[in-house]
Amino acid sequence: MTAARLDIAVSLSRPSFSLVVQETLHCEGITAIIGPNGSGKTTLLRILAGLEQGASGRVSFENEYWQLGKHRVPPHKRGVGYVFQEGRLFPHLTVEGNLKFARPRPDGPRFAFDEIVRALKLEGLLARRPATLSGGEQQRVAIGRALLRAPRLLLMDEPVSALDTASKREILPYIEALPQTFGVPVLYVTHDLDEAARVAREVWALADGRTAARGDAAEVLERIDLWPPAAGAEAGAVLRATVLEREHGMATLGLGEQTLRIPFAAGDPRTTVRLRVHARDVAIATRRPEGLSIRNVLAAEILRIDEADEVHVEVLLAVDDQRLRASITREALAELGLEPGRRVFALVKSVALEGL
Amino acid sequence: MGELDLGPVWLSLELAAVTVVVLLLIATPLAWWLAFTRTPARTAVEAVVALPLVLPPTVLGFYLLILLGPAGPIGSLWVDLTDTTLTFSFAGLVVASVLYSLPFAVQPLQSAFEAVGRAPLEAAATLGASPLEAFFRVASPLALRGYVSAAVLSFAHTIGEFGVVLMVGGNIPGSTKVVSIAIFEHVETLDYASAHVLSAGLLVFSFLVLLAVYLLNRRLKLGRL
Repeated sequence: MTAARLDIAVSLSRPSFSLVVQETLHCEGITAIIGPNGSGKTTLLRILAGLEQGASGRVSFENEYWQLGKHRVPPHKRGVGYVFQEGRLFPHLTVEGNLKFARPRPDGPRFAFDEIVRALKLEGLLARRPATLSGGEQQRVAIGRALLRAPRLLLMDEPVSALDTASKREILPYIEALPQTFGVPVLYVTHDLDEAARVAREVWALADGRTAARGDAAEVLERIDLWPPAAGAEAGAVLRATVLEREHGMATLGLGEQTLRIPFAAGDPRTTVRLRVHARDVAIATRRPEGLSIRNVLAAEILRIDEADEVHVEVLLAVDDQRLRASITREALAELGLEPGRRVFALVKSVALEGL
Repeated sequence: MGELDLGPVWLSLELAAVTVVVLLLIATPLAWWLAFTRTPARTAVEAVVALPLVLPPTVLGFYLLILLGPAGPIGSLWVDLTDTTLTFSFAGLVVASVLYSLPFAVQPLQSAFEAVGRAPLEAAATLGASPLEAFFRVASPLALRGYVSAAVLSFAHTIGEFGVVLMVGGNIPGSTKVVSIAIFEHVETLDYASAHVLSAGLLVFSFLVLLAVYLLNRRLKLGRL
């Protein structure tokens, strides 16, 4: 699949909110759009779908203009699929009726109905009404319905945030597989950074209706300045690791020369996984500790020390060519005499690495 | 009591049926607009639609008489087009009934459309449905309860109207003499027996209609369609 070019230069203003973005995306795989509540993520997605009346500017996808000035191509004539946070299945239709409501784009690649039903495991649900489905099942149907439109671009607005942890776990693998299985690029809105780290290679961060950062998921997600504590997001870093072996529910992950042992259910040997490690789950020692229940100790070098709040600082660590963040108290910082360039050991609590 | 003439009963039913059909055609776009528009004009239009609820039927009938009469703007146009007068005719009664029962059709439809909301329509649009298609395949089925209420209430209300009919239609057998007028006439001529039969019939009919509406509403609510 080659990257599809999405040009966005739009603005929208409401009494207490304005959105101004100008970006060119090369959509490939899943791109996460992240940011705190009220940062304009959903509004942006709705503008791309043509659902937002007040937006002006320019949106084009590949060779097709979706919006030019005040002229908007109506949503039903754009090649987008949309998965809403609440599913929005039609209550008066069965699951099959919902799926067949989608009209395939005339020049789109047709996915056979059966193919989609099989890929999302909807066989047993076809005759049921949406009201009788669990939240996770409803979202699977919503995803299938959007795919049957044969979209050029699939927009997903917090598709799992209304679900409980078990349903999330069940549905995320389907979402991760979408670009590969169906060749459709995905824009994925979420406020959950762990979720973004898990599904996306590229991340676009919004704050107050403006672009705050865009780029490789690991680079964007480790930036503390994007998420002030007030935003409620958890500071942390993304590690890329290779699954070396997996047995008895524990996996050995390779990080350059070093290894981590964690309880980890997914991921076959030799595949690369992304893990988000929260800063508060990383401690620092100046000597390699002994007699400790924390099993994962990584040799690291201090790169930078950032202010966090009155009590805490955030320490940016280099583990080979990757980054890790540790949240420690100012007292500890002073007592251990930590400073940039110092070689230390990062203690990682196993539970912090549980993917999602 | 002489031979009871059932003509007015059939005329009432015919008038109500025609009125309901015309009303639903007019009230649907109007209710849709009221449900989904946010201009200040909306409130004014809502108030106008509700006017027949509070105006004495004689006021409405008086203005209609002027408007629809051969000298009025609509009435004279009608005379030019059909060579008949709109007042004191069945067609004139339909026009008057439609206006008189307008709130009974618009209000249930408007609340039904508001309850459906934009969300399912947006979903339909992203699945490739044009606005018209979204209306027929999503909004209408979801607003079915509103349609049932609107049809039944405006039907029953039309059967029950009196003042407007008297003002605009008069009392012409076979053309404008509906059942409520017939009852009035029976009472005036002291034929209480006939008045009793027609009145009791209307009473039972109205009760049954309302009972049916409430039962159906319950069923639709419980059964989630």
